[in-house]
Amino acid sequence: MDVIDQEHDELETAFQAKVEAEQRIEPKDWMPEKYRQTLIRQMSQHAHSEIVGMLPEGNWLTRAPSLKRKTILMAKIQDEGGHGLYLYSATETLGISRDEMFEQLHSGKAKYSSIFNYPTLNWADIGAIGWLVDGAAITNQIALCRCSYGPYARAMIRICKEESFHQRQGYDIMMTMAQGTKEQREMAQDALNRWWWPTLMMFGPNDANSANSAQSMKWKIKRQSNDDLRQKFVDATVPQAEFLGLTIPDDKLAWNDARGHYDFGEIDWEEFKAVVKGNGLCNRERLQARVDAHDGGKWVRDAALAYATKKAARKAKAA
Amino acid sequence: MNIETKSELPLYEVFIRSKNGLDHKHVGSLHAADAEMALTNARDVYTRRGEGVSIWVVKSTDIVASSPEDRGSFYEPSDDKLYRHPTFFELPDEVGHL
Amino acid sequence: MTDKDMRFDYLLRLGDNSLILGQRLAEWCGHAPMLEEDLALTNIGLDLLGQARMFLSYAGEVEGKGRDEDRLAYFRDTKDWRNLLLLEQPNGDFAKTMARQFFFDAFHYLQFEGLARSSDDRLAGIAAKSLKEITYHRRHSADWIIRLGDGTDESHERIQGAIDDLWGYLPEMFDMDAVDDAMLTDGIGVDVAALRPVWDDYVNGVLAEATLIRPADSWSVRGSREGKHSEHLGYLLAEMQFLPRAYPDAKW
Repeated sequence: MDVIDQEHDELETAFQAKVEAEQRIEPKDWMPEKYRQTLIRQMSQHAHSEIVGMLPEGNWLTRAPSLKRKTILMAKIQDEGGHGLYLYSATETLGISRDEMFEQLHSGKAKYSSIFNYPTLNWADIGAIGWLVDGAAITNQIALCRCSYGPYARAMIRICKEESFHQRQGYDIMMTMAQGTKEQREMAQDALNRWWWPTLMMFGPNDANSANSAQSMKWKIKRQSNDDLRQKFVDATVPQAEFLGLTIPDDKLAWNDARGHYDFGEIDWEEFKAVVKGNGLCNRERLQARVDAHDGGKWVRDAALAYATKKAARKAKAA
Repeated sequence: MNIETKSELPLYEVFIRSKNGLDHKHVGSLHAADAEMALTNARDVYTRRGEGVSIWVVKSTDIVASSPEDRGSFYEPSDDKLYRHPTFFELPDEVGHL
Repeated sequence: MTDKDMRFDYLLRLGDNSLILGQRLAEWCGHAPMLEEDLALTNIGLDLLGQARMFLSYAGEVEGKGRDEDRLAYFRDTKDWRNLLLLEQPNGDFAKTMARQFFFDAFHYLQFEGLARSSDDRLAGIAAKSLKEITYHRRHSADWIIRLGDGTDESHERIQGAIDDLWGYLPEMFDMDAVDDAMLTDGIGVDVAALRPVWDDYVNGVLAEATLIRPADSWSVRGSREGKHSEHLGYLLAEMQFLPRAYPDAKW
């Protein structure tokens, strides 16, 4: 065998042993190139999702119906920006810059969670996002705290600590609406009708149709399967909806005693594909908002850099 | 889309010592034009829940790190100097906590 | 105006300033030139919202007609708002937003330094707490004036333009009307007219460091103390107040 191949195989074997022993892989450690690329893709798309996720909620910030709700929503959106920042930071340890990641997002090369291509149409949508979308995200995130890549795991631990109030905030809004006036109850039910299925789609394709899952599980980038996480989420959420007195828009939803889980209906994967492809209600606006902020703000960043350079030069001259 | 010249703001690593903490911990990184801006950004990004008392920022390119390959020669010599570990010494009970 | 009316009005001015500016900053959420700045602007917005809530709650208690912070925020029409004209101006670009922020932060700091010594304990408490936040706000906006002024040609042009466009709104900050005079006499309020030279010194220093030109005092607009606002406020309130007004029986 070629010396180089042998060395590579040894490194790969040592790497896999480390992963299996639940040891963390750190930025300067040797890693398979595919591991690095898979992580870059997964982590950067996670970061993009947080940033784009600021927009549907930001859509109601100036219209929040009480000062308390406005304050809480603003803090939540700010957290999401912060989470995006932690994740971009963690991804940069793999050898890609934040600007490169933005380029990928803006060109469509990188994706963000398709849930954010849906519009927020009434105030209850803000409740539904906190309750369902954040609920689904949390289900996924807890697993990622044990991811094999150190910086990702640490970012997720920090994020999970901050996340706890997000879901509660959303559920609190849903409760107020569900127990409110007739119009408020209708808004709450309408929001649930529109956000339920897209939330279930957040967990990704069924395991049978998920090509990359096996390798990601082996590398402990993914800790639980799509279907397992989706089932976990449904089981936790159905009683919450019942408590609200709202109806989940799925007539196949039923408790299965034998399985010890809720059975639920088939996801419309055609809708999922269509929205991912660009045919959702807000795809264009979401991307344009990010492009406008980044490209439109370039003159500001350039100014900051120019000033810093001038200041450093003046300091050097004075020395 | 614009492919501009690479004029990205440099990356800074952030270290925070919390109120009851004993040392600065690495919490992540951020982009800023210079160290002063990095410091104010760090306050906004990493101390939103009152976590900070002392913030250090270091330009990422200024950090000098050991390599994992060094692990042998760099670290192993310490492993057999057991007297550096407090448990190596047996103290008479009368001395109490040290 | 009774003494109670004047105290109510005075507290409204303080609360409305913070609320309108906080609302304007909320519009930047998700749209700032860099992620770090998005967080910074939101931090400032949150601070201002917090101040607004404290002042409006107190104002409602002083008025004694059962109006709480939300009743005051969501059910007053334009003529009953007391925020400075400067603060309801649209965000524009980042330069316009920073110019507005800088001029107000410099004033806010001095005003609250004085209010922290108010004979009204509650007002003094709110001011003292807020002063810590405003110290940071002022540093943040001053830093940006300097970066933009002494940055690139483009940023210099934008910030100079922004300063020129907002200059005439500033004199209103330092006016003293009958309410201000009464509050000052009672030891509750601040002599804002006396703040002008201090403010000038500070602002001139920053503008000079930023290589910016202080505009001539050739125009001025005022009216907010009488509820006479620019046309911008109506749109801001329509957006902000929509839900409670559309569903007046609802609790949120």
